[in-house]
Amino acid sequence: MLQGVLIYGLINSVIMVLVAMGFNLTFGISGVANFAYGALYIMAGFLCWSLLSSLGLPYLLAAALSVAATALLAGLLFRFVLLRVRGLVISEVIATFGVGLAILELFRYLGFIGFEYTLPVWLDFYLEMGDIVIDGQRLMILAMGAGLTLFLWAFTRFTRTGRAFRGIAQDERTALTLGINTDLVAAFAVAFGAGYAALAALVILPLGTIAVGEGYDVLVNALAVCIVGGLGSTLGVIVAAFLIGFAQTFTATYGGTHWMMIVSLAALLIILVIKPSGLFGKQKELEERI
Amino acid sequence: MARRLERLDRGIKVRSEDIFALNSWREMLYILAPRVLPVLALLILGLAASSYWQRVIMQACMFGLLAISWDLLAAVGMVSLGQALFFGVGAYIAGILNHYFGLSPWLTIPLATVGGAGLCTLLLLPVLRLRGIYFSMVTLILPLMIERIIEATKAFGGTEGLSGLASLPQGLLELVAAMVAVWVALFSFTRMMSTDYGLILKGISDNDRAVMSAGLNIYMYKAQALFLASGVAAFAGAYITHAYQFVGMPVFALDYSIMPIAAAAVGGMGTLAGPLLGCFILVPLNELLRGLGGMRTVIYAGLLVVFTVGLPEGVFHYLKRKYTQFERWAEVEQ
Repeated sequence: MLQGVLIYGLINSVIMVLVAMGFNLTFGISGVANFAYGALYIMAGFLCWSLLSSLGLPYLLAAALSVAATALLAGLLFRFVLLRVRGLVISEVIATFGVGLAILELFRYLGFIGFEYTLPVWLDFYLEMGDIVIDGQRLMILAMGAGLTLFLWAFTRFTRTGRAFRGIAQDERTALTLGINTDLVAAFAVAFGAGYAALAALVILPLGTIAVGEGYDVLVNALAVCIVGGLGSTLGVIVAAFLIGFAQTFTATYGGTHWMMIVSLAALLIILVIKPSGLFGKQKELEERI
Repeated sequence: MARRLERLDRGIKVRSEDIFALNSWREMLYILAPRVLPVLALLILGLAASSYWQRVIMQACMFGLLAISWDLLAAVGMVSLGQALFFGVGAYIAGILNHYFGLSPWLTIPLATVGGAGLCTLLLLPVLRLRGIYFSMVTLILPLMIERIIEATKAFGGTEGLSGLASLPQGLLELVAAMVAVWVALFSFTRMMSTDYGLILKGISDNDRAVMSAGLNIYMYKAQALFLASGVAAFAGAYITHAYQFVGMPVFALDYSIMPIAAAAVGGMGTLAGPLLGCFILVPLNELLRGLGGMRTVIYAGLLVVFTVGLPEGVFHYLKRKYTQFERWAEVEQ
């Protein structure tokens, strides 16, 4: 029993990392709290589903197209909406939340509700370890979580664009004087975060059905992980994801699933009251960002 | 030849600004009209409307109170993303007092106003030291969490809520009382913000350390502002509870948190009247779009984005500028 809880806790934690990574990336670089994040996540799922079942495209092509389309939409969102209200925090929140609400409710209006909306699993096999059964998709999630984290680490250190990301995260004005087009890089950052959300959706959604309501839960979970870890800190995201992920699995097993979302919210509340900047929230320090 | 748009105050605005300079009907009307006309217009509209639209106007008034409460908090630098907390606490107190103790609405509404304000202030007292976005996050989370706790513990009727509560006197009294509440809140808070007390509150939002260094206890002032604002919102919650004779988990829903912010974005923040105007635009619009079913929220959210991006100052500031200033093209030397 305990063994199973530990393994599923680990998987839930990695799901949390995947869910929060994009949100954290966008916030850390461009300072935009993208409240449309949950909607973009769900949108990627529905896009991929539509491409697969309506157009009959091969899976890899459909997945690549839906990730690209989600990223492009987020980039356009930055260019045509966020750029005009940049720096006005309340307006940013209202604008992104409005866009997210519009996307989610549009899907609900168009009738994307039901059990037929599922994405195919990547690997169809089961692994038995003693009395615990793990399916291939959950193992895939573990691999994907590790892969995306490593990719992000390498990307922000060894590529020009990645370094520009870190540049504007540290000081936007100085970056500007060094010839970095900050608006363009910030747009890239928003698009990049959305791309991560789409990838997370493609690997996590096959576990269940694609539901509109889940968009809101994804947003709350991403917020909880990012704030507990410290907004903009990658190490913080990983630590917080493991804390919340394990706490959720434990409460779901021993307390009941009703209490699962309360754990995220309570963790958020406690950290906000005690240490508002989060566990690793040293916004100024280079290694804590990205 | 380069030109730029120049804005200058109207003569009548400058002349009537000082109370001692009022010497013609024109100037008195200039000051009175924007204050008296909306009150009369709303009253006439309310009396002329069908009973369905009277309900909508009553609802708009209650959302207006929530928005005024939001703007008052924002003026003190506490941007709340969870007006539903104050609203819901007021609503539940009124519902519980009526359901379990059988008190009449004449008692439950005042008790819920004061009790709700006290309870919310106590609840938020530990986080008054938080600034900016962190305070907002706490207020965003609290109502969501209370909602889930009620769902999990099945307290006070759980997901079913408490129904069959005592109703308010039907008909016009219900509507007129709501209007009176809105105007009293608007004019008294506007008045308060122009006194020295209001100046301190504004100072806290502009530069809290400067206010501290003036030897003022800003936490005391913040708590007082919180008490006033949450009282107004709790009143709205209690009033709606008795108007609909029902209280349940939806009172903590995101709608009640978003509407005041949306109204402030549309109407214009920082004036108390702006968010109120926003409510009187958004709530009826919401009703008009009801026929569209699910599309309603989509259009609504879209409009919100358009307003935030296209007219960031808000409708009220725009109208005020047109009323007090005139514009002309001036030549600019290059």
